[in-house]
Amino acid sequence: MNGQGGQPGNRPGRDDSPDRLYTLTGGRSRSAPDNPFDLVTLVVAECDPVPGMQSEHAAILRLAERPTAVVEVAAVLRLPVGITKVLLADLLAAGRVSARHPRRTAVTDPDILEQVLVGLRNL
Amino acid sequence: MDSVTSDPAESVGAEADPRPPLRASADNGLKIVVVGGFGAGKTTLVRSVSEIRPLSTEETMTRAGEAVDDVSAVRDKNATTVAFDFGRITLDARNVLYLFGAPGQERFWFLWDRLFTGALGAVVLVDTRRLDDSWYAIDRLERHGTPFVVARNDFGGPDFAPQAIRDALDLDPDVPLVHCDARARNSSKRVLIALVEHAKHRYRRSYDAQVPALTEESPR
Ligand SMILES: Nc1nc2c(ncn2[C@@H]2O[C@H](COP(=O)(O)OP(=O)(O)O)[C@@H](O)[C@H]2O)c(=O)[nH]1
Ligand SMILES: [Mg+2]
Repeated sequence: MNGQGGQPGNRPGRDDSPDRLYTLTGGRSRSAPDNPFDLVTLVVAECDPVPGMQSEHAAILRLAERPTAVVEVAAVLRLPVGITKVLLADLLAAGRVSARHPRRTAVTDPDILEQVLVGLRNL
Repeated sequence: MDSVTSDPAESVGAEADPRPPLRASADNGLKIVVVGGFGAGKTTLVRSVSEIRPLSTEETMTRAGEAVDDVSAVRDKNATTVAFDFGRITLDARNVLYLFGAPGQERFWFLWDRLFTGALGAVVLVDTRRLDDSWYAIDRLERHGTPFVVARNDFGGPDFAPQAIRDALDLDPDVPLVHCDARARNSSKRVLIALVEHAKHRYRRSYDAQVPALTEESPR
């Protein structure tokens, strides 16, 4: 957004003008609470891209051959997270991707926290 | 840091994408947020432990804290775009930890509260030359009930006693204060371990005390 350094982003050559984004999502609005995706929801492609598919949809399907977090999809496609979620919701509704949502109780679950510790210690 | 995130490596399409893919069995994404002032070492810490080169992305939100998926609102003056970077650590066959670097200034918090709801906890990275950069973040995390540790990143400044730092930050005695060199993988790893141990003890205490509905402990 504004000048204050330290912000990643504003990558050169990147077109995130509202008009391009409008085109990508067909201008639909979808309020955040309806959208099931978290930043770290893992998305998995359930089919290959098909000819004629919107190029962002096709790119997501290629990217998500293996589980891929929403935030990685956004970063690699260079799209804002909100727009990415709209695209993902389309694919989900069409059965072209499945979503592995974070387990809500995981952050307070001692067993999960222990698994996290084991993983970190093994780094 | 911009030079990292603007590296040409990520073109659209998986072929040019150097990230190691997650395992097919991965099914639980977890979040830790690293907050701190500009130059506190957030990106450095993320990079030193991440299995991918830090990536960056952005989210547009309104003051009301709603994600803007409505494209017309992007034109809205009340919408703010914030960028953040992140890395990832595969913990085991199922769990994947994402680390987010987020600037700690007050004007961003309406966003972090929402974006990082459900995070395991936060690391507040402080530069002892600019402790006041972290006051707001600490205040906000306390009120939010998010487990956090304070990591004092060593920039070779004056060597303050831990208690002096605690006093200056008005830290609760329960909150761990750890030393850190964000450039060193082992040091960054220890900071993360300190955070998760802290979170575990906190929730264990709560379980032992049979305090119900921990998961409801979210923002108002
Ligand atoms: N001496 C020292 N320098 C550091 C440390 N961590 C980061 N830096 C340097 O401080 C600068 C800012 O770090 P960066 O990670 O970009 O800060 P950010 O704005 O919080 O993401 C970089 O030049 C880093 O190399 C540290 O622990 N010790
Ligand atoms: Mg940074």
